[in-house]
Amino acid sequence: MINLTIDNRKVAVEEGSTILEAAKSVGINIPTLCYLKDINVIGACRICLVDVKGARTFIPSCVAPVSEGMVVNTHTPNLIKARKLVLELILSDHPMECLTCKRNGNCELQKLAEEFGLSEIRFEGAKTEYPIDDSSPALIRDPRKCILCRRCISVCTNIQSVQALTVENRGFNSLVAPAFNEKLANMECVQCGQCSLVCPTGAIVEQDDTDKVWAALADPKKHVVVQTAPATRVQIGETIGAEPGTIATGQMVAGLRSLGFDKVFDTDFSADLTILEEGNELLQRVTTGGVLPMITSCSPGWIKFIEHFYPDLLPHLSTCKSPQQMFGALAKTYYAQKEGIDPKDIYSVSIMPCTAKKYECQRPEMFSSGYQDVDVVLTTRELGRMFKQSGMSMTNLPEEEYDAPLGISTGAGELFGASGGVMEAALRTVYEVVTGKELEDINFTACRGITGVKEATVNVGDLPVSVAITNGLGNARKVLDKIRAGEAGYHFIEVMCCPGGCIGGGGSPIPTNLDVRLKRIDAVYTEDERMVLRKSHQNPAVQDLYAEFLEKPLGHKSHELLHTHYTERDHYPKEEC
Amino acid sequence: MKSLEELAKIKASRREALKIREGIPSATEKAHVMMCGGAGCISSNCKDVVEAMQASLAKNGIADQVQVILTGCMGPCDMGPVAIVYPDATFYRRLKPKDADAIVEEHIMKGNLVPRLLYRAPGAKEPTPKVTDMDLFAKQKKIVLRNNFYIDPTNIEDYIANDGYVALGKALTAMTPAEVVEEVKKAGIRGRGGAGFSTGMKWSFCAASKGTPKYVVCNGDEGDPGAFMDRSVLEGDPHSIIEGMAICGRAIGAEQGYVYVRAEYPLAIDRLSYAIDKAREYGLLGKNIFDTGFNFEIEIRIGAGAFVCGEETALLTSIEGKRGEPKPRPPFPANEGVWAKPTVLNNVETWANIAEIILKGADWYSSIGTAGSKGTKVFALAGRINNTGIVEVPMGTTLREIVYEIGGGIPRKKAFKAVQTGGPSGGCIPAEQLDTPIDFESLTALGAMMGSGGMIVMDEDTCMVDIAKFFMDFIVDESCGKCSPCRIGTKRMLEILERITTGKGKEGDIELLLELGNTIKSTALCGLGQTAPNPILSTIKYFRDEYESHIKENKCAAKVCEFVE
Ligand SMILES: Cc1cc2nc3c(=O)[nH]c(=O)nc-3n(C[C@H](O)[C@H](O)[C@H](O)COP(=O)(O)O)c2cc1C
Ligand code: SF4
Ligand code: SF4
Ligand code: SF4
Ligand code: FES
Repeated sequence: MINLTIDNRKVAVEEGSTILEAAKSVGINIPTLCYLKDINVIGACRICLVDVKGARTFIPSCVAPVSEGMVVNTHTPNLIKARKLVLELILSDHPMECLTCKRNGNCELQKLAEEFGLSEIRFEGAKTEYPIDDSSPALIRDPRKCILCRRCISVCTNIQSVQALTVENRGFNSLVAPAFNEKLANMECVQCGQCSLVCPTGAIVEQDDTDKVWAALADPKKHVVVQTAPATRVQIGETIGAEPGTIATGQMVAGLRSLGFDKVFDTDFSADLTILEEGNELLQRVTTGGVLPMITSCSPGWIKFIEHFYPDLLPHLSTCKSPQQMFGALAKTYYAQKEGIDPKDIYSVSIMPCTAKKYECQRPEMFSSGYQDVDVVLTTRELGRMFKQSGMSMTNLPEEEYDAPLGISTGAGELFGASGGVMEAALRTVYEVVTGKELEDINFTACRGITGVKEATVNVGDLPVSVAITNGLGNARKVLDKIRAGEAGYHFIEVMCCPGGCIGGGGSPIPTNLDVRLKRIDAVYTEDERMVLRKSHQNPAVQDLYAEFLEKPLGHKSHELLHTHYTERDHYPKEEC
Repeated sequence: MKSLEELAKIKASRREALKIREGIPSATEKAHVMMCGGAGCISSNCKDVVEAMQASLAKNGIADQVQVILTGCMGPCDMGPVAIVYPDATFYRRLKPKDADAIVEEHIMKGNLVPRLLYRAPGAKEPTPKVTDMDLFAKQKKIVLRNNFYIDPTNIEDYIANDGYVALGKALTAMTPAEVVEEVKKAGIRGRGGAGFSTGMKWSFCAASKGTPKYVVCNGDEGDPGAFMDRSVLEGDPHSIIEGMAICGRAIGAEQGYVYVRAEYPLAIDRLSYAIDKAREYGLLGKNIFDTGFNFEIEIRIGAGAFVCGEETALLTSIEGKRGEPKPRPPFPANEGVWAKPTVLNNVETWANIAEIILKGADWYSSIGTAGSKGTKVFALAGRINNTGIVEVPMGTTLREIVYEIGGGIPRKKAFKAVQTGGPSGGCIPAEQLDTPIDFESLTALGAMMGSGGMIVMDEDTCMVDIAKFFMDFIVDESCGKCSPCRIGTKRMLEILERITTGKGKEGDIELLLELGNTIKSTALCGLGQTAPNPILSTIKYFRDEYESHIKENKCAAKVCEFVE
């Protein structure tokens, strides 16, 4: 233990702790801006400075380790003045468009300005002027609002291992952007939106498609259906200030209905369907000597990642579309037929915790119904915005149920929201389908939790099925490298693009950090337990679907509507300077 | 190289061959013409003079009796091209190709000096022919530049003739690594790259650090505008760097060294890589040096061209092939440097001192200089001064001695106004402080800096606000942009200065500059930002009236700034 004094208080912390952590341990909160625990620890913004006795300059508490006998002050008058000036400088290079910014009210810069009580910006002068990049269907970059904290670079490089962003130019002209200021859409960027989650300001935000949805809702000719991803019900509450982990399924359904959606359906339904298709695909690969390990394909950021970086491993990907796209294809075929609606009049909206889904729904493979299967994707954040715009207080709404048939689901479908959930749902079904026996304990706890790479072996009858589960693309890379090296003896791998799985997706409410992720994960399992049916093959609506329309898993219709193929993509040669 | 005896043999035979450079006439050779090949002389076309000289020698049939050698920088750059003709050590200046015949036919063949090419001290009637008699050099003491008058930088045996590699031999065969570190510590040498940290301490931290392997790095980035001290050493005496680094390798337990040289120094890179090859050929680099089992290799890394790449953490990151950008310290390079391994990083000039310290001992070294700053310092004298160029003086020499005795005073009878030391990190020192003995502490106390050794003299025609703007302009271009105070703060300071120097200054601008400057100093991430306000703060401190007259009266006393209505 290291002993030090902070603001005249004796503090003892473990060696290697930072001053910031030491202060926090005794309840002293030092303001920070560029710092993001475990992700971005670079000491760049200089907001977290403290006064360390004997030091020549102020010291950035977020990076500086404690040392024995250190004497720290966190709010001397000079320090407060210095921090304030640093913030004033940052703001002097900011467009100050708070009132029209997507992050208005949820911006770390705004919050600091308020806390510091800044009353005036005394500097007039040049401001960073770079054009907005809205080339990507998922994200908009506005470098004018960028404070160069580099969190996005760190998350993209270290967590996602994509490296789509770097610092271009120097000094006042510095720019955080894809290399050579290339457009995001032309890069290996997988559109995961993790950068938008960590950005303290409005410099990287989701493409806002709410206007399209408002327009569709107002169009009497359109039959507007909506599907909600498993994770959204454990996230949406946060957009109106509820605690992370709040489950708001019924209110969300009610809210969507009162926004004017004609049908409120559930992606959990098509998640159940995915299990049947994917489970059977796995069994087929195992019994016919197909390519193993098979890897899940629900996560569009992940798909784009493997297409760019490991195109040689594409045969390992399950050919199943994601639940969103299975739903989309069925809404404009099966559902349209069943209800006697012309599919061209159906406007299919999905609510996702994900920015990459906006990209996915536009892929050329996703027009199986003859139309764009999913017309528009809104992130959880955008749905929250629509609720706000409508003046509706979701919390006060009585809970309502999803519509049949595409709103009927099981707990297994809900599990898709958390890392390991697809695997657990698949195991529940595969076990019972293969063995014909009922599972004694349907909770596969080895699949759960936020660990980057999880491994388990499950006996399905005589066959020990070996599985791996990863979340965050950096972790996916580890397993892919093992496959490439021929060292991966797994049958089945679940890969989720975003840390923690979809509950931590790039379209989630902000903040989304480790704590928040864990709470949402808990909520997913609670929601599963609350369901009467908890195995996908028990879903009666899915059973009807096969009976009435698809005939059987992996059948002809399934191939046409529910399965897809992948595209090899370029990989920019990375130049080191 | 197997032993000190072997080295001594080479030394003895080479010394015999170079007797003439010590003033001892030779039976076989008529003269050695040491032609300065430093940056200044190169730009005044010394190479044409060399060619003319060789042509003249050939014409006169004595080409085989005279050596013409291109050396490193001799110092008096404004007189270039300059040359020293041995054995009589005659100093010639402002040489043109057409002067070659005179030197060859008059001086070398007939023994007559060529008066029109000799140096005359300011105000003196008679010339001073002998380099050792020149006032310019009288107050100088050459340790770092010990070889620049004497050796051919492309000849390792010239270096050996002047005691080269004896110190390495001594460190390897007669001293323990701890004794080497101790000797350097005792010598009291402080880093010459700017910050002035104790070199011995730095080595001892690295020696004590647990990680392996360890690395030795030479900082030859020299990005200060107008500075070329390190270049002079790299071009003029590359083996002194190699020897210093190898000694450190022994002291801290490293087997690999890197020299980071800026890309703008192609000749330095050539000379150094040639020297490294030669040292390897002579067994002074490579495996089992002096048969002691000690291995040491050096690689050159070419700099990315940014000033900030000279900052140690940025430099080490750049060596790894990444964007050269500073990182917060700790961890210090002594614990986590290149490839996150313990690393000693020193400046070129620091390295050039090491062999001399080991050879002559800490007591000898620490007898030179002041209480807190030992040894000598090389400065690049520039600006409104008669003798511009490179000078090396003992620490504690006063500014007045440098400006008036070595530098020959201010031209055209103008009044001295200030001297700027330390480049963009430094400050301006006014006439009242001319008698300050220069060392690390005194310069910092004046709001200036030793820096790497740039020294720009200014006369009454200089506008101090304009000077501050010049440096801030440089800084704004060179800020890496990582930390907000430097990235935005220096830009804002520049904008305010631009305002003031165009007649748009406002009441309160000086106070704002002071507030910004003091805050940036205490909040920026690296030394660049932490020292960037110095030029402004020091000019406000000593020349506040000039700022005020710009702001209040739209008046630039030096008539440099143009005010737009
Ligand atoms: C912006 C900046 C530029 C620097 N440039 C150089 C340089 O060009 N050469 C150099 O030796 N040191 C330079 N330094 C100092 C180095 O960071 C480091 O302190 C030095 O190389 C250590 O060697 P020394 O102890 O021998 O001085 C620079 C520092 C800063 C902050
Ligand atoms: S969306 Fe994902 S891949 Fe693209 S830049 Fe952001 S973090 Fe990187
Ligand atoms: S885009 Fe956002 S996260 Fe990235 S550097 Fe700029 S402010 Fe930081
Ligand atoms: S002080 Fe300037 S050069 Fe140094 S890290 Fe900050 S921005 Fe970069
Ligand atoms: S939060 Fe510590 S420097 Fe930015």
